[in-house]
Amino acid sequence: MAEITVQPVLLHGASKASTSSRVRSEPLWARVLLIGIALAFLTLFLFVPLGTVFYEATKKGFSTYVSAVTDPDARSAMKLTLMAAAIAVPLNALFGIAAAWAVTKFEFRGKQLLITLIDLPFSVSPVISGLIYMLLFGANGWFGPFLQERGIKIMFALPGIVLATIFVTVPFVARELIPLMEAQGKAEEEAAATLGASGLETFLRVTLPRIKWGVLYGVVLCNARAMGEFGAVSVVSGHIRGLTNTLTLHVEILYNEYQFAAAFAVASLLAMLALVTLVAKSLIEWRTSGEH
Amino acid sequence: MASTYAKNRNVLPGFHLSLGFTLLYLSLLVLIPLSAAFLKSFTLTLDGFLAAAGSPRVLAAYKLSFGASLGAATINAVFGFIVAWVLVRYDFPGRRVIDALVDLPFALPTSVAGIALTAIYAPKGFLGSALEKIGVKVAFTPLGVLVALVFIGLPFVVRTVQPVLEELEAEKEEAAATLGAGRMAVFWKVLFPTVRPALLTGFALSFARAVGEYGSVIFIAGNIPLVSEITPLIIITKLEQYDYAGATAVAVVMLLISFALLLLINFLQWRMARHRQAST
Repeated sequence: MAEITVQPVLLHGASKASTSSRVRSEPLWARVLLIGIALAFLTLFLFVPLGTVFYEATKKGFSTYVSAVTDPDARSAMKLTLMAAAIAVPLNALFGIAAAWAVTKFEFRGKQLLITLIDLPFSVSPVISGLIYMLLFGANGWFGPFLQERGIKIMFALPGIVLATIFVTVPFVARELIPLMEAQGKAEEEAAATLGASGLETFLRVTLPRIKWGVLYGVVLCNARAMGEFGAVSVVSGHIRGLTNTLTLHVEILYNEYQFAAAFAVASLLAMLALVTLVAKSLIEWRTSGEH
Repeated sequence: MASTYAKNRNVLPGFHLSLGFTLLYLSLLVLIPLSAAFLKSFTLTLDGFLAAAGSPRVLAAYKLSFGASLGAATINAVFGFIVAWVLVRYDFPGRRVIDALVDLPFALPTSVAGIALTAIYAPKGFLGSALEKIGVKVAFTPLGVLVALVFIGLPFVVRTVQPVLEELEAEKEEAAATLGAGRMAVFWKVLFPTVRPALLTGFALSFARAVGEYGSVIFIAGNIPLVSEITPLIIITKLEQYDYAGATAVAVVMLLISFALLLLINFLQWRMARHRQAST
C-alpha cells in the first residue's frame, strides 16, 4: 500500500493539468513514444496480471466460480479475514490518531526517533513479522510454556493472526495524519482550549472534522493491507483449514492443490477488494483536493 | 521527563495520554517482539550463528534476493520515471484511471499477484508459451523472481517522482530554452538534477520492499535450492523444521540490512525535502 507519503501532497495528489507551454513539451513523436513505453510497461506488469485473475477465475464457468466462493472453507476464511481486519484496523486507527496528536501538537526530545520507529514495520519482511511472534508465543517461545499451562492459544489461532496483522499495518494511519496535522498547525485547537473547551471537546469538535478524510484515507489503505496480508499470517496461522485460514492463505492452498479455477475465483474476490480500495482512495483524494 | 515537560508550555491537553499510549502500543506490538529476534540469536554460539546464516544454501539465497531486488529496483527506476513523466506532463485518454491503477501492487494481496504472474509466465501460460519458443524461461527461474519484484516495487518510484515533477517551475525550463538550450540539454541539465533525489529515494524504497517480499515471489520462483530460493523462504523452511534458532539467525541478518536501508532512506528523504525547500 502507499508506503510512501513523502509529504502531504499525496493526500490531495491527483495530478494537475499538464502544463502546455510550447518550450516545455517534446515533439509529437517523442510524446507518443514515451506514452507508448509507459503504457506497454504498465500493461505488462499491471493490467495483464489483473486481467488474468478474472479470466482464470471465470474460465471454467459460472457454477465453478460460485461453488468455489461459497465453499464452507472459503466462507470461514472470509469470516476470519474480516474478523482480523475488524480488530486490527480500529486499533491502528486509534494508535495513528494518538501518535499524530503527540507528535504534531507537542515538542519533546526524541520525536524524530519516534516517527522513524512508527515506520519500522514497513521495513521488516512480512515473514520476519510472523517469526517474532512465534519466538514469543510459539510452543518453544518465551511465553510458550506459560500459555500452554493455562490453555491459552495464541499461535495457530485468531490472536496470532490478529497480532501479525496489526504489526504489518501499524504505520498506515499515523503516517497519513502526521504530515496532515503538521501542516494544519495547532492554532485552532489552542483557541478552543483557551476559550475553555475541554480536551475531548477540542478534539471532537475542532480537530476531528479537519482530519476525518485523512483518517479515512489511512483506514482504507490499512484495511486493504490487513485483509491482503500473506507472509506474516502464513507464519503464525498453521494453515488449519476451516479454522485458521485467511482468504489469502486459502488461495495458496487451493493453488498448491492444483485447483486453479477455485484459487483464482477466491483470488478474484481479493482483487475486487483491491479495486474498491483504489476507487475509494481516488475519491478521497478528489474530495480533499478542493479543500486546499 | 521534567525538562520535557518544561518545554511544553502548551495549553493543549493530552500530551501524556497520547504519548504514553503511543509508546506503550509501539513497545508491546513492535519493539519488544522485534527485540525477541535479537535476543534469540544470542542463544547461538558464533559458530552456530555462522553455520545457520552463512551456509551455501543461505548465501545463494542472499545473492538471489539482493541481486534480483537490485535489478527490479533499476527497472522500476527507469520505467517508473517514464510513467511519472507521462502522467504529469502529457494528456491522453484514460490518464486518471491509469494514474489510480499505479497503486494496484500496494492494494492487491501478494498471493493473488503471485498466482497471476505464475499463470502468465508458466510454460503453458499466455506469455510463458510465447517466450518458451524463443528459448526464454521465466517461471521457476531467477528471472521469475525478478518479474515478481518489478511488480511489487512498481509504485514506489512513480509516487516519489510524480510530486516533484508536478512542482517543477516552468520558469527555469523556459529560461534555459530561451537561452538556446535544446530539449535534451534542458532535460539533463535542468530537469533531471531536480528530480534525481526523488528518483534515488524511490529506487531505495523499491529495493527495500523487494528484499523482504515473500508472497508474490514464492509461486513463480519454483523455489529450487541454490537457484531460485529467496531469503524469506529460507526462514519459513527453517521454521517448518522447528529450527527456530536457525530461522532467527537468518532473520537477524535481514533485519540489520533492512535497518541500514531504513536509515539510508530517511537520509535520502531528508535530503530530498531540503532540496525541494531550496528550490522553492
